[in-house]
Amino acid sequence: MAQGGNTVKSQAWKPKKLNRFMIYRTLPYIILSLIGLLFLIPLLWLLIASVDGGATLSMKLPETITADNYISTLSSESNQRSFVNGLILAVGQALLVIIVSGLASYPLSRYQLRYKRSFMYLILFSTGLPITAVMVPVYQFFLYFQLQDSLFFTVLFLTASALPYAIWMMKNFMDSVPIELEEAAWVDGASVLTTLRLIIVPLMLPGIFTIGIYAFAGSWGNFLVPFILLQSPDKLPAAVSIYQYFGQNGVVQYGKLAAFSVVYSIPAVVLYIIGQRHMSKGFSFGGASKG
Amino acid sequence: MDALEPQAAKRRKKQAGPTNWRAILFLMPSWVLLLIFFFVPTILTFYFAFTNMSLTGINAAQSQFIGFTNFVNMFDDPNFRNSVVKTVIFLIFSAVIGQQVMGFLIAILMNGRNSGFRSVIGSIVIAGWVTPEIVCAFVWFAFLNDSGTLNTVIEALGLKPVAWLYTFPMVSVIVANIWRGTAFSMMVFQSALGDVPREVEESAMMDGASGFQKLVRITIPMILPSVLTNMILITLQTLGTFTLIYALTGGGPGNSTEILPIYMYRQAFVNYQLGYGTAISLSLLVIGIVASLIYMRVLKVKI
Repeated sequence: MAQGGNTVKSQAWKPKKLNRFMIYRTLPYIILSLIGLLFLIPLLWLLIASVDGGATLSMKLPETITADNYISTLSSESNQRSFVNGLILAVGQALLVIIVSGLASYPLSRYQLRYKRSFMYLILFSTGLPITAVMVPVYQFFLYFQLQDSLFFTVLFLTASALPYAIWMMKNFMDSVPIELEEAAWVDGASVLTTLRLIIVPLMLPGIFTIGIYAFAGSWGNFLVPFILLQSPDKLPAAVSIYQYFGQNGVVQYGKLAAFSVVYSIPAVVLYIIGQRHMSKGFSFGGASKG
Repeated sequence: MDALEPQAAKRRKKQAGPTNWRAILFLMPSWVLLLIFFFVPTILTFYFAFTNMSLTGINAAQSQFIGFTNFVNMFDDPNFRNSVVKTVIFLIFSAVIGQQVMGFLIAILMNGRNSGFRSVIGSIVIAGWVTPEIVCAFVWFAFLNDSGTLNTVIEALGLKPVAWLYTFPMVSVIVANIWRGTAFSMMVFQSALGDVPREVEESAMMDGASGFQKLVRITIPMILPSVLTNMILITLQTLGTFTLIYALTGGGPGNSTEILPIYMYRQAFVNYQLGYGTAISLSLLVIGIVASLIYMRVLKVKI
């Protein structure tokens, strides 16, 4: 009797159960799609406006699809200059960061140094400090020594501000290169510089690329540092130009500004995609905190 | 062991000579750069904050040590108190709650879904994070503008448009910052969820735990270390936020979105009070130092 009752009951529930199951299966997809849509819309406007001849601030289907916005953005001399300035800052900083942090991480990874622990703690501690908080004294410092409005010294400051994180990562990458390979080369008579160049650098090339990409993207996207340390219009990078376009002028040609923004964003996006595989390793620090 | 130790010590001593100068040589460039452009300005913050340095006038040429005057003024300054409150509101709602809840929600919903779908949604969220900050500001300026996309949608629904950046400035910058920063938390939580062993979750289900119970009792406690680390990291990142707010609202209207970095900028570069501006940045730096120290404790890294 009881058994019979149960089967009847379960049969009666079957369609409803299936329904709930369906909801459980599809609900995450619906919620995620909505979230995705909300995240997408602001960016989608930028892409559409950049090819719209009569772009406004609202998303709409363009009446005419045109490359004019891009053509006039890229052919403007002052825009070209701002991209070149941005490149000088970003490439200069990325190269310096790689060389300087690479050199520093060799003894930190390979030698027994008395102050290594304290130095690494200082480095780790520095990675956390907000650069924004030191910009006022940095400006005073630059003013005092007449270093302001110089692309070169701005590169040096950007390098220094990226170094703590770069040294930290570079040392960890170098730690994973087995020392036995070097020892074998030393036995064969190679010098430290030779093993560094011929053994370590090739083996940690992915790590070097990751650090370079991180450094490049950091200074390419940086607004505050050039905004404070540079003044001459012909030295300002693209980040500051965008701000001046939509911050000051009353009437802005939004299509052109959108095209400028897209061109400016492309290097950051492309480099992220290239570096993605190596970068994702950096995110599993959950394990480090458990140990 | 005992026999080996002196030998090891001897070998180290032998190496100490040539190794040390090479180590110094290799470390030199980084030391010089860090010292001149990073540590000295950081230490100068502590000194400048006690001076009446300004960008124009007499105090520009010769600034004087004025003791705690800047700090006394700071605590009497309603604008400073305002910006501390705004900073805390911005930190809590945009980072600690906003980005973390949004990032966790996306990560947990993605867990076990179709991989193509995951990568599409993931890429969209990450796009906001990869896009340079000033472009994010421009994009949100357009989205929230009086004649922007949001108001177009609202009008299409037959409702009255809202001047978002004037009526709800704080909410606007918080939403924009959630949009920009969620990807980081999402990725941290995705990797943390990936580390939770399947067996633990399955055995909880076998014992009759509901989906919600499993989440609260098993999943969340297991990823708690990552939550903690993530929270400190995004707090540090958000603490230095300048560009997004400066370009979106300029700290206004009035000083309704004037968080500490914006107020610091206004005092130092608009009102030319460099000494006072440095005192404000010192308060920012101290919060950063404390958060940084907590971060190192939590992370417990082996060096």
